[in-house]
Amino acid sequence: MANSAPRSFLQVAATEEVASPLRVVQIEGLVILKIIKHCKEFSPALVTGQLLGLDVGSVLEVTNCFPFPIREEDEENEAEGANYQLDMMKCLREVNVDNNTVGWYQSTLLGSFQTQELIETFMNYQENIRRCVCIIYDPSRSSQGVLALKALKLSDSFMDLYRSNNFTGEKLREKNLSWVNIFEEIPIKVSNSALISAFMTELEADTPVTQCDYDRLQLSTNPFMERNMEFLIECMDDLSMEQQKFQFHYRSLSRQQAQQQAWLQKRRAENAARKAAGEEPLPEEDPSNPLFKPLPEPSRLDSFLITNQIANYCNQINGVAGQNFSRLYLMKALHEN
Amino acid sequence: MAASEHTVLQFTPSSASLSARVHPLVVFNICDCYVRRPDQAERVIGTLLGSISSDGTVEIRNSYAVPHNESSDQVALDIEYHHNMLVSHQKVNPKEVIVGWYSTGLGVTGGSALIHEFYSREVPNPVHLTVDTGFRNGQGIIKAYVSFNLSLGDRQLAAQFQEIPLDLRMIEAERVGFDILKTTMVDKLPNDLEGMEASMERLLALIDDVYKYVDNVVEGRVAPDNSIGRFISECVSSLPKLGPAAFDKLVNNSLQDNLLLLYLSSITRTQLVLAEKLNTAAQIL
Repeated sequence: MANSAPRSFLQVAATEEVASPLRVVQIEGLVILKIIKHCKEFSPALVTGQLLGLDVGSVLEVTNCFPFPIREEDEENEAEGANYQLDMMKCLREVNVDNNTVGWYQSTLLGSFQTQELIETFMNYQENIRRCVCIIYDPSRSSQGVLALKALKLSDSFMDLYRSNNFTGEKLREKNLSWVNIFEEIPIKVSNSALISAFMTELEADTPVTQCDYDRLQLSTNPFMERNMEFLIECMDDLSMEQQKFQFHYRSLSRQQAQQQAWLQKRRAENAARKAAGEEPLPEEDPSNPLFKPLPEPSRLDSFLITNQIANYCNQINGVAGQNFSRLYLMKALHEN
Repeated sequence: MAASEHTVLQFTPSSASLSARVHPLVVFNICDCYVRRPDQAERVIGTLLGSISSDGTVEIRNSYAVPHNESSDQVALDIEYHHNMLVSHQKVNPKEVIVGWYSTGLGVTGGSALIHEFYSREVPNPVHLTVDTGFRNGQGIIKAYVSFNLSLGDRQLAAQFQEIPLDLRMIEAERVGFDILKTTMVDKLPNDLEGMEASMERLLALIDDVYKYVDNVVEGRVAPDNSIGRFISECVSSLPKLGPAAFDKLVNNSLQDNLLLLYLSSITRTQLVLAEKLNTAAQIL
């Protein structure tokens, strides 16, 4: 703990010196297709993979990626996984793919990705790669004709806090960090090589209607909404649990303070008596007394993450409800005609 | 196709009705590998992965490039690389097996037979996919072939590559949206409502087209086409018949459901803001 603070400060100084902030993630169409293929084939299991690319100024180019095999909690497998990663990188380098890790991708279910695990992975990556992103794809939403692709990174201020593992209310207030500031979403640009663009123009189906349109005009979104609400309710339960934890903490804190006051008064009265008797007064502070031991404050990280998830569900509900409205009015108009 | 002269001259295996389906990812991958090929190489060669469905259709779902050396009449494939890559791919998705190989360029070339022979040892009856990345005829032609051996008794004489029907499965690409994949640069991914708007515009344009066509037919400017007429009537009759009251009720119910959901999510958000204020600010006792 003691040596992590100066190091992180150094790192921050180094990044500030060299790099302009990451503004755009530029993804190749190939990568998008690869991610979708991998995530969809294994849906509803959650999968991850590695992103390869280049770091060019304020743009992070993602030019290729490869999937990770589904992990099992096993030490032997972990070593195998690392081997696999190395093998793959070596192989891809041989065919001139940029072999520079710039982050990873993962699939998610209804956008429930804000977990402690994600943050830990992020910190691991951040150790080695100064700038990395996490691309999140939601296969469950793609059935509605939405390309649910997101590029995320952790904000710098949050990372500092996480390194020092200091999620007390005071620190958060000091840094002015709220749950919105944990993740930063980075806008995504899509690029394709001229060759691919030529091929796609050549191969594009003549039909004026695409699968995407069909998916979008699908009227029944109820199952999706239902599951969204279920998740939301679960999260609310979690959040209220967290809130109770804090309440409990505050209650015990105030009880402790009351006890401290009582003790202090007693001590003062005693001292007054001693003074009257002409004796040395006893010190008013007594570190050995258990009453003065500070109570540890529970970490706010969990509640922050849950809050983030809830906000995410709300956004999704809003988005889908908005779509539903347009669909319903469209249907109405069609029917009246 | 089958041997006409008895007993001696024959093609093996006998021609089966094969077809292949290519997923867009494969095309993307091949193009990317071609763009990144080594300086002196004229083409890229690689392995195709996928599965063979029960009706004999070869689904080509994935691919990877294999480095190779090509001189005037020799082709040397990096077999070790091929095997390493195969093992890696199978770790991720054991269901995908080798189904063939690809090469860029137009049609089959001399060296193709050698490589094809190598792949026939990996898998029976491999598919050979060619992708014309040079746009030699002004078109990007993608073709699939299978090979037949022409043999005289036990002696092999030649191999014949026969084109098989190829289905470009673009549904996945459609899901992503051609707008994104076609241009060389897109600044922003469309969000929910923008996508919806685009779809509606397209639907509107289609309805307009149908209107125009029907009007033209009614006024006798265009010769009527029965099959189109049938499609239109089928389409119109596929709308469920509902009385106005029932329909209104349906729409209003759905509207109310959605409004309720919106309301709930707004309340939740307010709650979050409040909770955060309470949590981080009001703890000075």
